[in-house]
Amino acid sequence: MTIPSDAQLREILVDMVMARTQSSRLWNLQRQGQVGTVAPIDGHEATIVAATHALDTDHDWVIPQYREPLALRRYGPEILERFMLYSLGHPAGGHIPDPIRVLPNQISLGTQIPHAVGIAWGMALRSEPGVALVFFGDGSSSEGDFYEAGNLAGVLNAPVVMVCVNNQWAISTPVHLQTAADSLADKAAGFGIPGVKVDGNDAAAVYDAVDEARKRALAGRGPTLIEAVIYRLGAHTTADDPTRYVPPEDLEAAQRNDPVLRLVSQLRDLDLWDDAAQEKTEAEALKLIDRAVEAARSAPLAADALLDHCLSADSQRLARQRSQLLDARSPEAGGHG
Amino acid sequence: MADTFNGGGVSDLTMLQAINETLHAEMARDDRVVVLGEDVARNGGVFRATEGLYEKFGEHRVVDTPISEAVIAGATVGLAIAGLVPVAEIQFLGFSYQAMHQLAGQVARLRYRTQGRYEPSITIRAPFGGGVRTPELHSDSLEGQFANVAGLKVVMPATASDAKGLLASSIRDPDPVLFLEPLRGYRGIRGEVPDGDHLVPLGVARTARDGDDIVIITWSYQVELACRAADSLRSEGLSVRVLDLRSIVPLDIEAVAEAVSHCGRAVVVQESCETGGFASEVVATINDECFWSLEAPVARVSGYDVPYPVGMLEDLYVPDESRIIAAVRRTLESD
Repeated sequence: MTIPSDAQLREILVDMVMARTQSSRLWNLQRQGQVGTVAPIDGHEATIVAATHALDTDHDWVIPQYREPLALRRYGPEILERFMLYSLGHPAGGHIPDPIRVLPNQISLGTQIPHAVGIAWGMALRSEPGVALVFFGDGSSSEGDFYEAGNLAGVLNAPVVMVCVNNQWAISTPVHLQTAADSLADKAAGFGIPGVKVDGNDAAAVYDAVDEARKRALAGRGPTLIEAVIYRLGAHTTADDPTRYVPPEDLEAAQRNDPVLRLVSQLRDLDLWDDAAQEKTEAEALKLIDRAVEAARSAPLAADALLDHCLSADSQRLARQRSQLLDARSPEAGGHG
Repeated sequence: MADTFNGGGVSDLTMLQAINETLHAEMARDDRVVVLGEDVARNGGVFRATEGLYEKFGEHRVVDTPISEAVIAGATVGLAIAGLVPVAEIQFLGFSYQAMHQLAGQVARLRYRTQGRYEPSITIRAPFGGGVRTPELHSDSLEGQFANVAGLKVVMPATASDAKGLLASSIRDPDPVLFLEPLRGYRGIRGEVPDGDHLVPLGVARTARDGDDIVIITWSYQVELACRAADSLRSEGLSVRVLDLRSIVPLDIEAVAEAVSHCGRAVVVQESCETGGFASEVVATINDECFWSLEAPVARVSGYDVPYPVGMLEDLYVPDESRIIAAVRRTLESD
């Protein structure tokens, strides 16, 4: 068992508090009409942050679904900057700069799991040390891509860590309507790989499970499926009203097991955290997100950006469409400039 | 753009041999190239297109996958991100429906959604097309559906030489390419193929038969039938041009416009259903580019608007020489 050091736990808590603070700010910005749909992070912080703290950011890949970016701070400030561009709808939001080993958000559920297996397989083929860690939810575990990718990962012995973040809800559908299996970790048996179930509200437990899976993969012993059991404390997204379907007593029980409050309490007992640390971290989080939103708002956007990066070079047709678009947008045409 | 020839010699090969030879050459040329798919390694592919690759390049670069079209397609995204050049096979194009969300939703959009961070140097090969009495979902001509997927190139050779030159270009291309191989052409099309390095650029159509009275615009195996129709009509004194598009995406708009403007009459031939097929796109392109040069409405020859049929009905479905000739005559007689 690998237990994170006190210093690591403190770093993990800083990232967790930052993620929750920024998620809350983002929710408000959405309500003000300043950004698009937001998927709040509340309840997911320990799993996502602790998992990434068990990785080697120079070599290991993170392949997210879409709720994770605010919790991927360990991979660099560019993640937040790009995520704010993404939230504002700027195309550059999808370009996480080289050499950061994080893919942009994936909206189509579970489709990123085959990509993670491909990355892990590719790294193994090139004898590069590293693993691919992919996040997906309990809902995604019903997708065909989960089964096809988990199966292929097993056959290839690919160095992939599959982290199923079981937050109990796929929008309004509870996990017992996703599967008749007792546990999502049990599905690993069908792939012939280890399946591990952890308390996803316990940062140290998640860190340990990912660390072990990573070491196993690096030793050539193949993939692991980790089910991190948590509870979605917020709405699915800003477009969702969970009071229609989440039993209040379940939510209250989950709130008593809030992963952020839990680690705060643990680190307070160790004299590693106090009110000043909390306030300082929250202030820093707000400063960073506000700055990133400001930068995203003033990011340049070419008049024909719509057509960029579809193909490596414009086809005859795209070249014509580019001329038409630019003509339509020129001031002489009365376009929108 | 001229085709690139190296070496000078030629060999008489079937389309299948040309494809196999090209896969060998590309794997030897670039050690980032990996081949994956169902039965591609030990069996050399169900048509032997990948014959000998496993023996020559080994189990790490030539990989038999589980029966999982979605992850065959989806893994190519990850392999490309990891810096490899995947060449995946979907055993029959009809099975690509089981990978559509990865092909259309992911492979084709990787460059766009990452704004150029990743170079999706991905080739997906798949056989398709009628004439060999395959079971259901083996022969469907789905190119029009893929042409409607932005970010994906769709390459459809008609000759053995082009199969080599276009496949080499596809594998080396920085964009994802769906490379479609006509089942009837594997052994039914043969011809002289340049030895050594041979590249045919993507998006440059080829005049398969020269002519002045009318142009038949088509691709893949239908080029063979169009040429037979043109040769047969030539004996009646009709001068029929055949334009082989080679790739429907990118479409050589200029070549289409040039041929139609010159001839004033055109027939577009495809193996797929009529409604929403790529032939409609060609007709629309003609309208955009050179409508006023037309002396008659442009005709389409297509499969019917039914699912690809069973063996006894196949010959009624797939356009043949006589249907092409009838459409040419109709268009020549129309004023």
